[in-house]
Amino acid sequence: MIRRKLEESFFRVLMVLATIIVAGSFFLIVGTIFYKGMPFMNWDMVTKIPGGGFYIGKEGGVLNAIIGSLYVAGGATVLGLIISIPVAIYINMYMNGKNYVATGLRIAFDVLFGIPSIVYGAFGFFIMIYLGIRASLLGGILAVTLLVIPILVRTLDEVIQTVPKELRDAALSLGATRWEMSKVVLRQILPGIFTAILLSFGRAIGDVASVLFTAGFSDNIPTSLHQPAATLPLAIFFQLSSPIEEVQGRAYASALILTIVVLIITIFSSVLAKRFSKNKIQ
Amino acid sequence: MTDNPHISIQHLNVQIGNHAILKDITLNIPNKKVISIIGPSGCGKTTLLKSFNRLLDDTADVKVTGKVLVDGENIYDPNVEVTHIRKKMGLLSQRPYPLPMSIYDNVAYGPRIHGTRKKKDLDEIVETQLKATGLWNEVKDRLHAPATRLSIGQQQRLCLARGLAVEPEIILGDESTSALDPVSTSIIEDLFVSLKEKYTIVLVTHILRQARRVSDYIVFVYMGKIIEFGPTEELLLNPKEELTKEYVKGFIS
Repeated sequence: MIRRKLEESFFRVLMVLATIIVAGSFFLIVGTIFYKGMPFMNWDMVTKIPGGGFYIGKEGGVLNAIIGSLYVAGGATVLGLIISIPVAIYINMYMNGKNYVATGLRIAFDVLFGIPSIVYGAFGFFIMIYLGIRASLLGGILAVTLLVIPILVRTLDEVIQTVPKELRDAALSLGATRWEMSKVVLRQILPGIFTAILLSFGRAIGDVASVLFTAGFSDNIPTSLHQPAATLPLAIFFQLSSPIEEVQGRAYASALILTIVVLIITIFSSVLAKRFSKNKIQ
Repeated sequence: MTDNPHISIQHLNVQIGNHAILKDITLNIPNKKVISIIGPSGCGKTTLLKSFNRLLDDTADVKVTGKVLVDGENIYDPNVEVTHIRKKMGLLSQRPYPLPMSIYDNVAYGPRIHGTRKKKDLDEIVETQLKATGLWNEVKDRLHAPATRLSIGQQQRLCLARGLAVEPEIILGDESTSALDPVSTSIIEDLFVSLKEKYTIVLVTHILRQARRVSDYIVFVYMGKIIEFGPTEELLLNPKEELTKEYVKGFIS
């Protein structure tokens, strides 16, 4: 009896400790960024492009990188969705009875999921050289799209699998075609689509390696798909590697901006997910 | 029994993987009557019901041989248009699964996909079918509210209305009252009885008392085979087969 009680309290303490470590590191990370970035935060950071050259620049802001990141992450997520939704639907709605093919595809997407982003960057770079495209917004979007497709497909796949088979049967037995049934399923998983968008956008906006060679870098806001585009993570990387302390400080301010952007997207998509779940059957 | 039954099953075999679910089923379903399929869990009742509108198509490794004739047309013929077969039957599943849309859109869904576009026509269909299922007075002021806001009993009647809206000839019920409270159950049962004037109704149930209350004929299925088929009272009170007798008396379940 005593042994069982001891075991119970031991594992309880272990769980509490683990939770404290996780919650603690969250506050430590956010705290550090705030502490080191706040002194350099000013209105110029988010409204101006860099002044006086980026590597040594102490003036201006990172508006070029904010806009660039939103373009790249947004473009890649939209493009990724256009490709991933049909794939997820096809695997789940059209491949019944051929489960080994679906299983094979899922394994393939899991492998793609696990491939480090630098590999996508290198692959994107190779394709760009082959096609004769310079480092540009377009190149960045394409490389990041490759990166987010596995995330989108697997998330959508998981969400679609939670849809009760009876709902699909209900649509089919009304005489719906497979595509009509799929549209019903899409309505049902609308909140899940926002979760997928959030995951994809979060990964896309934070990734350095895939945009390193493909998007290039620029002090200006890109006005066409063929111009190079700056991204926030890359800006942080450059600023942090500067020997000048003030520029390093600006890296933390940029990190703070990136965190806030992700926070806004998170809140926005969970509000949308809630709004669109009113029709969802439980 | 009429000469031309809506559904006529001839030597139907269903196999999933290596497991034979239904073995050599031959059955004529009488028109405009309520027919209950009874039998123990896992005996193949639901599979039999789903074979009527080809919902088995979605199951992995399924093999169907034999014929199911609906209005004289073999629905397992490769040339048959499956949506056209399914339109002839309304399905009411164990739990209500309203489509993720409003009450109105749930009923209008079927007619819309089959080409009814005019709002006036749709309004009329929605009103008629909601009245037919006794739901109209309860929902007429909130037709555009999500269907999920309804109680589970109301949802099941909505699903029935949704099925009726495509003007089927046959209603299939797969233990349609098993998730419902006694009051809702009795409403649904009464609906079945009144709907048989216009429709042929096939119900799967494991509740003998329910089969007795609502059906005109009973099919007893055991281990994938039809053991006995006959008028309700006759089958329940004077079963011819030993297995039916044991099942009806509660010795086997």
